[in-house]
Amino acid sequence: MSVVLEARNIVRDYHMPGGLFSKGRTVHAVKGVSFTVEKGKTLAIVGESGCGKSTLARILTLIDPATSGDLLIQGKKVDIAKGDLTKDLRREVQIVFQNPYGSLNPRQKIGDVLATPLVIHGNVSAGERRDRAMAMLKKVGLSEEHYGRYPHMFSGGQRQRIAIARALMLNPSLLVLDEPVSALDLSVQAQVLNLLADLQDEFNLTYVFISHDLSVVRYIADHVMVMYFGEAVEYGTRDQVFTDPKHDYTKTLFAATPRADPASIKARLARKNAA
Amino acid sequence: MALLEIENLVVEFQTSGGMFRAVDGVSLKVHEREVLAIVGESGSGKSVSMLAVMGLLPWTAKVTADKMTFNGRDLLTLSDSERRKIVGKDIAMIFQEPVASLNPCYTIGFQIEEVLRFHLGLGRKERQARAIELLTAVGIPDPAERLESFPHQMSGGQCQRVMIAMAIACNPKLLIADEPTTALDVTIQKQILDLLVKLQAEHGMGMIMITHNMGVVAETADRVVVQYKGRKMEEADVLSLFENPRSNYTKALLAALPDNATGDRLPTIADYFKDGSEISGAAVS
Repeated sequence: MSVVLEARNIVRDYHMPGGLFSKGRTVHAVKGVSFTVEKGKTLAIVGESGCGKSTLARILTLIDPATSGDLLIQGKKVDIAKGDLTKDLRREVQIVFQNPYGSLNPRQKIGDVLATPLVIHGNVSAGERRDRAMAMLKKVGLSEEHYGRYPHMFSGGQRQRIAIARALMLNPSLLVLDEPVSALDLSVQAQVLNLLADLQDEFNLTYVFISHDLSVVRYIADHVMVMYFGEAVEYGTRDQVFTDPKHDYTKTLFAATPRADPASIKARLARKNAA
Repeated sequence: MALLEIENLVVEFQTSGGMFRAVDGVSLKVHEREVLAIVGESGSGKSVSMLAVMGLLPWTAKVTADKMTFNGRDLLTLSDSERRKIVGKDIAMIFQEPVASLNPCYTIGFQIEEVLRFHLGLGRKERQARAIELLTAVGIPDPAERLESFPHQMSGGQCQRVMIAMAIACNPKLLIADEPTTALDVTIQKQILDLLVKLQAEHGMGMIMITHNMGVVAETADRVVVQYKGRKMEEADVLSLFENPRSNYTKALLAALPDNATGDRLPTIADYFKDGSEISGAAVS
C-alpha cells in the first residue's frame, strides 16, 4: 500500500499582535501531530471545537503553512512557506467544507461551479469541460438538468453533493472532508455517507474525514485520531480506538455520546424511576 | 388534565405560489412532569408548530386548530397582551443558536433581570440576587462577576446555559427546547442535556424537546412524536418507539443511524419507499 499523506510532527502557532496596552501572545493551535494515510483509506480526525482540527485541515489542503514539521504528499516533501506550491500539487488535494450553504457562490450556475477547476488547471476545451461536468453530476447522484441551475435551487444534501463533485473534478488523490455531514439531516446524512463510500471504491480515493460525531466516524473510518487542545491524544485503527480507548479524553467523549439503543433507554428510565 | 393540548393544528404560510401548509393536522398533549420529544428532519414543521403555540409566527402565517389550550386556557382566542403575560413566564422557550438569540448589546445580567422585572416585578436587589441564583443553578462559575459579561465573552455552551437560566427564571410550567444542543460539541451537549433533565425533574416542569437527533431523544424523552412533512407519523413512549417502531418512516429513520449500520452501506429513506408508495403514518405489519 502506498502512503498518500504523511505528517511528521506538524506544529502551527498563531501570533496575536499586542495592542497599545496588551502584550502579544502566541496560540499553539496544533502541537506536534504525526500520522500517515494509505491510499484508498480513511483517516478520521475527531475533537471538539477549538482543538485544532480545522487548522490541521488548512495545513493539509495547503492553504496555511505549518510553523514547523514536515508534510509529505505522495512521498514528496511540501513546504508552501518556501514556495513549493505548484498547480499540480494543488490538484492532488481538494477540500469539502462543512456548510454547503456558504461554500457555493450564489451567483454561479452549477455547471460553472464544476467547470471552474478545469479552467484554472489546464487546457480543456469548453465542450469537454461541459461533458466532464455532466458526467460528474451523474456520478454524485444528480442529473443533467441540474447543470444550468443556481445553488439556491438545491437542498442542503444536494449542495453537499455539488461540493463533493467540484472537489473531484481534478481527480485528486486526497480529499479532506471538514465536517461534511454535520449540517445535514439524518436521512440525508446517510445518503451522502453512502455516496462518499461509493466514490472511494470507484476512484480509490483517500479521505481525511474531520468530524465530531463518533457514530459517523465509527461507520466510515479505517484509522481514527482524537485531538484535544492541539495534541493527538489517541491514534490507531478504528477497532483499537473504539474497543480500547487509552486516553481519558477519548473515554469522556464516548461517555458523552448519546446512545440510541433500547438497553440504554431502559437503564435511563430505571434510574429515573428510582430517583 | 394535560398541560398543553393541541388538536388538529394547521399552520399555513402565504407565499407567492399560494398557501404553503407547514403543519398539517398535528395533535399532541403534554402532561405535567413529562418530557415529550418531537423528532423530524428540517421542514417537518416541528419548530413551526411550537412557534404557533408561543404566538411567535409572523403575520403571513395562518394558524387554525380545533383546540389549543395551555393549563386550561384557550391560546387561540387570547389577546396579544394576555399572551405576553403567559409567554416567557409559564411557557418558556430555548432556541437553537444560543449566541444568536442573546442580544449582543446588553450584559447577560441585564437580559436575565429584564425577564424578572417584566413578569415578576422584582426590585433591583431582588433581581440581582435571583439572577445570581439562576446562574448558579445552571452551573456558571463566578455568577456574580458573570452578570457583567456580554454574550461574546462567553462560549457557546455558556451562552446556552444563560438562555436556560432566562427560560427558567419565572419557574415556567412548560419549557420548550428547540434543538438546544445542535450547535454544541458532544461533551457540552451531554452537560446541557443533563442540566435540562435535572431542572425539569426538580421544578416538575413539562418539557418539549424538539430535535432531529435520535440519540438526544433516547437520552431525554418519556414520549416521542415523529413528524414528517408537517404530519404526525407516529406517537409512542420512548422505549416502544426504539424497540418496535410502527410507522415506516420511523423504521427508516432508525435504520439510517450510523450506529445501527450492519452492511457496507447505510439504508436510506428511499430504500424503504422504493415502490413509490406514499409515506404514511399507518402501521405496516
